Amino acid sequence: MTAQIFHDSDTDRAYRAKWITGRVIVYGILILWAFISIFPIYWTITTSFKMAPDVMKGNMVPWWDYVPRWLGWRSLGLSPDTIGNESTVREEFLKRFWNSTVVAVSASTLAVALGSMAAYGLSRFSYRFGFMRNSDISFFFLSQLILPPVVLALPFLVLYKSLAMLDTRIGLILLYTLTVLPIVIWIMRDQFGSIPTELEEAALVDGLSIWGAFLTIILPIAAPGMVASFILSLVLTWNEYFFAALLTSSHAKTLPVMVASQTGSQGISWWSMAALSFAAILPLIIIGIALERYIIKGMAAGAVK
Amino acid sequence: MSAEGDRLHVVTADDIADSRLRFGKSLVWGSAVLMIFIAVLQTADQNGWIDIGFTNWRPTLYAYIFWGICLCAAQVIMRGEHGKRTLFVLPATLFVVSMVVFPLLFGLVIAFSDWNLASPDGRQFNGLDNVRQMWSDPFYWNALRNMVWYTLAIIVEYAIAFGLALLLNAEIKARKFFRVAFLLPLMLSPVAVSWMIGKSMLENRFGPVARMLRELGVDNPSFFSSPEIAQLMIMLMDAWTYIPFMMIMILAGLQAIPRELNEAAKVDGAGAWTQFWEVTFPLMLPVSITAILIRIIFKLKLADIIINVTAGGPGGATDSVTSFIFREYRDRSNVGYGTLLAIVYLVIIVVAMTILIKVADRWMRPRY
Repeated sequence: MTAQIFHDSDTDRAYRAKWITGRVIVYGILILWAFISIFPIYWTITTSFKMAPDVMKGNMVPWWDYVPRWLGWRSLGLSPDTIGNESTVREEFLKRFWNSTVVAVSASTLAVALGSMAAYGLSRFSYRFGFMRNSDISFFFLSQLILPPVVLALPFLVLYKSLAMLDTRIGLILLYTLTVLPIVIWIMRDQFGSIPTELEEAALVDGLSIWGAFLTIILPIAAPGMVASFILSLVLTWNEYFFAALLTSSHAKTLPVMVASQTGSQGISWWSMAALSFAAILPLIIIGIALERYIIKGMAAGAVK
Repeated sequence: MSAEGDRLHVVTADDIADSRLRFGKSLVWGSAVLMIFIAVLQTADQNGWIDIGFTNWRPTLYAYIFWGICLCAAQVIMRGEHGKRTLFVLPATLFVVSMVVFPLLFGLVIAFSDWNLASPDGRQFNGLDNVRQMWSDPFYWNALRNMVWYTLAIIVEYAIAFGLALLLNAEIKARKFFRVAFLLPLMLSPVAVSWMIGKSMLENRFGPVARMLRELGVDNPSFFSSPEIAQLMIMLMDAWTYIPFMMIMILAGLQAIPRELNEAAKVDGAGAWTQFWEVTFPLMLPVSITAILIRIIFKLKLADIIINVTAGGPGGATDSVTSFIFREYRDRSNVGYGTLLAIVYLVIIVVAMTILIKVADRWMRPRY
């Protein structure tokens, strides 16, 4: 019997075992949290294809313990067999969807336009409005973040009523612009701060005006920041419920309000609620998966100075 | 950024003629006079002194917008190159001032009145009645107390977010997949979340969570009938949506830490635990504080989930201030009392946040 001459020392082997346990724990936690994050979405998708008995039996995996049906989507008028027919629910849904899209996109565009201009000005020039200097103006913009929406909601309700702007898209757009503007300014200030001023100086020497330099030289360079702030604004405005619930009733109602108004009345017909909820979150899931880079960039902008 | 001196120096020789100056001035003042004139006319019409037949206040709004445009144009006309610079900031400033300061002042007026939008009497000034009502309103104080609890839950959220960020920052495979998966809850609308989780997954009879608990031997699991558990569920749902937000801010901070620091600590014989507490965590303090402050700001707006899942129940136990005011308005359509509550809330927030920022500032400053 020959003894093995070369072998790993005990400490090395212990290290290896420790490394493997470490990996198992790390991936275990990661997978657990990924499960926690994704399961509700999975649950919603699968539920939208269930029928009443499936819901009550608690079946979870399609094709394995239940047969997917189009029940939920049919009630929305979006299943293959009803897509060609007239459907009042679908029309309602599409109207709300369109309202949400218009409001979210215009508010984000407006906020990015106003916010980029302000952030550029603040990062390049020193202003004095009365006692307000640059840092005060920046603080004034950013401090709007603290303002809870409920403070503005009731005065706006009364104001919009007297301006006949209740239940209009433009009213919502203006309010949403206000709520996301501080975030846009925050991200864009960071973005412009990282662009060297030599670029504009060169452009000015070459005969561009300051606005010309801003529009043709700086904005294209700052595009990633603009995209990031646009998408963040889009997410926030698309999901906004509080103002929409207070200020809209029939004409300008947005998708979250429609979803909320259905939750109470549907009882156990989960399949249709699931279909509706999923249709409401689908655009953002797609945006989240496709443009994750920009969202992370936008949120990281303020964190690291 | 220093207060004086532009970062971008531009030498301009603006030679503005007197007539141009006069034109600019007359533009601003002319449109202002027009606006005031229309506003006075409308007020008179509203009070019934004269009858022009305005149906709403739109004309005044249009006059105000016109004045704003004239003000912007006059900047360039009167001040040339400097005016063009002002034009960067002026539109946003005008927008925010007119959308925030004006409604806030208006809100102060509403707060001290009894104004039922459904009744034909209109606004009635009622002095401090609303304050007295607030003082003896147990539900409002309860909602404020709840906000403290909800805010304290951020500490746990922060710990989880930090842990996840550390894991994402470690050497792992499929990092992109995990990052996207972790980010997804943040994209979902709170209303959809309140249905997906609050109303279906946490349903007592058929929800998967209840089913799982029954398997584990809990009889009759119910999530929204006892106050403490209902509050906990609200906290969990809110945490679920917002943990990714803190996680990403912390992750950005972690990635900005130079690798050498941890390597140096390792060479000096620090274990993983010491490395974290002595190197990573102190370096992350500024980022952590920013993330927590922003998270607190978002938390103070918490309402959508509560409105949609519990509507404040059981017995107001889960109410946040916002959801309470929302219901208060929905039930009684009285804007006066709700506005007062909201303004008191704002004052409390501003005071608390100022103290918090001051404390954080002092705490972060290096001590020798």
